[in-house]
Amino acid sequence: MALINVKTKEVQIKIVYYGPGRGGKTTNLEYINKKYREQIKTEMVSLKTQDDRTLFFDFLPFDVGQIKGFDVTIQLYTVPGQVKYNATRKLVLRGVDGIVFVADVQKEQRKNNIESLNQLYENLETYNLDLFKMPFVMQYNKIDLKNSGIPILPSNIMQKDLNTALRAPAFEATALRGGNVIPTLKKIISMTLTSIQGQL
Amino acid sequence: MFNQSQLDDIDNAIVTNLIEAGLNNVIFMDMAGNTIAKHDNGKNNLDSTAFAALAAGNFAAVDAMAKLVGESEFSLLFHKGKKLSIHFSKADDETLLISMFNKEISLGLVRLKVADTIKEINTILANG
Repeated sequence: MALINVKTKEVQIKIVYYGPGRGGKTTNLEYINKKYREQIKTEMVSLKTQDDRTLFFDFLPFDVGQIKGFDVTIQLYTVPGQVKYNATRKLVLRGVDGIVFVADVQKEQRKNNIESLNQLYENLETYNLDLFKMPFVMQYNKIDLKNSGIPILPSNIMQKDLNTALRAPAFEATALRGGNVIPTLKKIISMTLTSIQGQL
Repeated sequence: MFNQSQLDDIDNAIVTNLIEAGLNNVIFMDMAGNTIAKHDNGKNNLDSTAFAALAAGNFAAVDAMAKLVGESEFSLLFHKGKKLSIHFSKADDETLLISMFNKEISLGLVRLKVADTIKEINTILANG
C-alpha cells in the first residue's frame, strides 16, 4: 500500500515488475535508469548472482513531481524470475501498489509465462490482494526476436493466454532497445496514481 | 496511514531517545521498504531510500528463514562493522526501527534505548 506521509507531504509508491526468468524485467529498469539518469538521484540497486541473474530484487526510485501538494516518489522493483526463488518473489510483493507483468514472447516460453502469471495471482492472495482489482499492465517483450528467425507467439495468442480474463492494457516491447519501455512505465504510473488519488 | 500528530510524536521519540543519545542515523519504516521517519546527527550522507528498500528485504528474508526453522520470528537483527553497526528491530507487524551507531556507543545502550523508543511508538500508534 502506498505510504502517504501527511507531515513531510510525501507519497511513496511501489511498482513491481513481475514475470518469468530472463523475460526482461531487469532490462526494463536498466533502460529507465539510463533514459532518466539525470532525474534519478540515486544509483540503481541490483542484488544479483555471479552470473548476472536477479537474486532478490532490483530497485530504482525516482520522483515524478507533485500531486495535490504531495511529492510523489515511484519505487520500481523487479522480482527474481527463476522458478526456485518464489519465496523471495513473495517478499518483494509486500506492499505493492501496481504491477507490470513482463512476458517473454518466445514460443518456448509459453508455459513459463502462464505459470508465472498464475503464481503471481497466488502470491498476491497471501497479502489479501486481488490481481483483478489492482493497477496492472501487461508487456509482451522481445518481439524483435522474430527478425532473427526465432519463433515467437503473436500478440493475439499472448493476449489469449494471459490477458483474456484480466483485460489489462498491453504493450509489445523490445526492452533491450527501449521499445515501449517508457509507455509501459507511464501507463502503470498513471493507473497507480489514479488508484491512490482518493487517499490524498 | 499516520496522522500529523502521530508523526510529530514519533519524530520526537526518535530524536529524544536515540539521536540525542549519540546514534548516527535512525529510520522508522514499513515492511514494504517505505520510510516513515528518518533522522540523523547531521554528519553523514546516507541514501536512505535505497537503504530502506534493502533493509526491508533483509528483514523479510530473515523473517522467512525464522518460519522455516519453526520460529515465529527473529524480531531483532544486528550487523557489526568496523566503524559502524546496524541494529534492526521490529516495532509492530508492519513497521521496523533501524538504528545505525558508531563504535563509541555500546550495543547494550542501543538495545535499551531502542526498546524504550519502540514502546513509545507503539503507544503513539495505539492511541491513534
